Amino acid sequence: MQLTLWTYEGPPHVGAMRVATAMRGVHYVLHAPQGDTYADLLFTMIERLPQRPPVTYTTFQARDLGGDTAELFKNAARDAYDRFKPQAMMVGASCTAELIQDDPGGLARALDLPVPVVALELPAYQKKENWGAAETFYQMVRALAGAAPRERAAGAQPSCNLLGPTALGFRHRDDVTEITALLGKLGIRVNVTAPLGASPADLARLGDADFNVVLYPEIASQAANWLQRNFNQPYTRTVPIGVGATRDFIVEVSRLAGVDATDLLAAEDSRLTWYSRSVDSTYLTGKRVFVFGDATHAIAAARVAAQELGFTVVGLGTYSREFARDVREAAKAYGVEALIADDYLDVEAKIAEAHPELVLGTQMERHIAKRLGVPCAVISAPVHVQDFPARYSPQMGFEGANVLFDTWVHPLMMGLEEHLLGMFREDFEFHADAAPSHLGTGAKPVAEPAAAVVPAAVPVAVQAPVEVQGPVVWSPDGQKELGKIPFFVRGKARRNTEKFAAERGLTTITVETLYDAKAHFGR
Amino acid sequence: MLRERGQREVFCGLTGIIWLHRKIQDAFFLVVGSRTCAHLIQSAAGVMIFAEPRFATAIIDERDLAGLADCNAELDRVVARLLERRPDIRMLFLVGSCPSEVIKLDLSRAAERLSASFMPKVRVLNYSGSGIETTFTQGEDACLAALVPILPVESASAKQSLLVVGALAEVVEDQFRRLFTAIGIDDVRFLPPRSAMQLPAIGPATRYLLAQPFLADTARALEARGATRLAAPFPLGVEGTTAWLHAAAQAFGISDSRFHTAVAPEQERARGALARHREQLAGRRIFFFPDSQLEIPLARFVSRELGMELVEVGTPYLHRPHLAEELAMLPAGTMLSEGQDVERQLDRCLAAAPDMTVCGLGLANPLEAKGLTTKWSIELLFTPVQGFNQAADLAELFARPLVRRARLMV
Ligand code: SF4
Repeated sequence: MQLTLWTYEGPPHVGAMRVATAMRGVHYVLHAPQGDTYADLLFTMIERLPQRPPVTYTTFQARDLGGDTAELFKNAARDAYDRFKPQAMMVGASCTAELIQDDPGGLARALDLPVPVVALELPAYQKKENWGAAETFYQMVRALAGAAPRERAAGAQPSCNLLGPTALGFRHRDDVTEITALLGKLGIRVNVTAPLGASPADLARLGDADFNVVLYPEIASQAANWLQRNFNQPYTRTVPIGVGATRDFIVEVSRLAGVDATDLLAAEDSRLTWYSRSVDSTYLTGKRVFVFGDATHAIAAARVAAQELGFTVVGLGTYSREFARDVREAAKAYGVEALIADDYLDVEAKIAEAHPELVLGTQMERHIAKRLGVPCAVISAPVHVQDFPARYSPQMGFEGANVLFDTWVHPLMMGLEEHLLGMFREDFEFHADAAPSHLGTGAKPVAEPAAAVVPAAVPVAVQAPVEVQGPVVWSPDGQKELGKIPFFVRGKARRNTEKFAAERGLTTITVETLYDAKAHFGR
Repeated sequence: MLRERGQREVFCGLTGIIWLHRKIQDAFFLVVGSRTCAHLIQSAAGVMIFAEPRFATAIIDERDLAGLADCNAELDRVVARLLERRPDIRMLFLVGSCPSEVIKLDLSRAAERLSASFMPKVRVLNYSGSGIETTFTQGEDACLAALVPILPVESASAKQSLLVVGALAEVVEDQFRRLFTAIGIDDVRFLPPRSAMQLPAIGPATRYLLAQPFLADTARALEARGATRLAAPFPLGVEGTTAWLHAAAQAFGISDSRFHTAVAPEQERARGALARHREQLAGRRIFFFPDSQLEIPLARFVSRELGMELVEVGTPYLHRPHLAEELAMLPAGTMLSEGQDVERQLDRCLAAAPDMTVCGLGLANPLEAKGLTTKWSIELLFTPVQGFNQAADLAELFARPLVRRARLMV
């Protein structure tokens, strides 16, 4: 039993819904109680899809349990077929139905429907949403991909499939557009994009492509592996997020497609590259950044942060346990230990400990950062209505890199304005208690009162780390000096100084202690 | 009246935790369920404003399914850890879910066991919010019914007191308290209370008014403790609020003239505020999907006070005794439906093309995309809508989507 306040991933059948909803011409019959219909709102309210997900729930009740829930399932499946006439059906159970063991797959087969029926076994007490999406996509590909592929005619245009984008994905819609255009510039045709926008008939054409592009390994790796084994289609390992990764991706696909990428690479048009070199970006150097998300986006974000923006990665983690090994591997390059966690309180503690100046995370970390008074940009699912912007906003390719530059640097730039504000904070025009504008109205980043209003004689007691005896106290001078430090770094200065004092068994922090600590922690 | 069985597109009773935890401010709600249950609450709550909210899910995993003994031991461990972390908690609800019920995990025994080890600091209670037993607002009913047995006993000789039953926003509660005082009823108590430490005493001298229409089990439990229900419509709109207050006035022997003197200014102000919305809404056709059991009182309000025309009034469950006064006030021949077959109901709704459709979050945007104007029903539970001063706010909830649609030129 795990105590959970907020979760990063839904149950595995929500992953299956993401696949069903992304596709055309499929219908998913889910053996589940009525409350599970909440999942519809993820798609209609968060992603703002204008139609209901293609899902029928049996909504059995307690009084059905003694009777015939199996019959209920059969009726629901038959009615759903008659009403929606899908080209293929998916059937399965949610957590509760898994316990009553009605075998939706067997029941659906007994109905002898005139379309393929894919039975999904998604163990709800072991697995989670992304696993469910991956397993579902794999089962759909296996069941529907058809016979062995045809040979490609000599001289035909090279082609690939784009695998992995789903409904409720983090910017999947725009990534597909961006990467399709990029491949087009290399003369590579996209044969099928799946699951997003694909019908069962499209899945039957997967074998026509020369290779597969795996956009989101969490969702598409399993299917791509199967296609490699059975159809001899190689697949890409690079996820094109960031300029460097996009270049690597171009090299990788051009090799797989047998095309020449020299011209495209030479004509590269990335604003990130230039903006990052532009002198005003100097202040970005060494900004401490904490990265957390699904494995794909977290690994990619760390690379962009370190290599393309000149940040220092002080934390890297994921909630995708299935990909823990990859994240651990990536973390080594930054000299940090990977955080593999789905307990949101653990993540919060680790972020607070690392004292980052920027958090790149999910909507959960956005809230954590808000409470800690640190700017944050969202890089990964779980998604929120804000993650479906009206404008074109990919994460992948060169345009995606431009988007990353804007969305990550903007909160820091606002921070710089605050820095200037901090410098002039003693001037009467400025209200020293004003919260930084980039943190929104709810944030209380600095609890310290302005130096000018601290009665000089009152020492401020602070929470001491548990290992020391008495509390550490700020001397009036020390407190005043602390007040002169620009307030968006003041919190860190305070914490570092207190830690420094505590470690040395000092009970009072003087101006000297403050500068000793600064010298000690200075980079 | 149409009785339907088919796919129900309604939340389960766990959803009530979202408003109940705000109401009882030192209570914690621990769902014993699956990842689905955790995800439901998180998704229905919409945003995570609190770092550590006063609700959580103990997610059952594979190992817990192996044996109930282990499952109980695990639950004890989770609760101990939780209470250690949250010393501010005075009352803990173990909330049952479909999985906990299907595996027959006995949460009432668990609550007894845990109460024994954490009393007097923390009292542990249990109720079911599962989707196989409860629909949406029935979770509140189950929660309040679980509170009834622990309410202090009031002696039979006590003076008659009034208990208002059903979660109300604090602002509404305060208004009602002032109104009752003005009418001449001083001893008014509320269930649920704002704190687990202020449980209202009940006994044969208790007269209770239901503030919400979905409290069948709670009412039964109160009757078992000797309390008497005051039959009334629900306090939505000017008319409903007046009749609701009047039922109490009569039971407490308040003269009609005193009653009218007390409520007349409020009635008048509320009617004035309603008039503007009535202009917008009169003659418009409205369709209610079943959701919160508030549908019938709402239909009565919009038809009688706003002049709207009722196309279909769906309710997940119709409790006739508690709704007798409401049903009598509905226009003759109103089409009622109980239960749901969502696909067929959507067919009816689209064919009728109403001006306004009240429905759950899963259906709203798809209906908007088909050109219908919708109002999400969950907002009716999160917004203070009861009483005189909120009557216009309630009307505005219906008017706003229509006004918006009229404004948009794209
Ligand atoms: S319907 Fe049952 S399983 Fe689903 S969220 Fe509600 S209690 Fe949990």
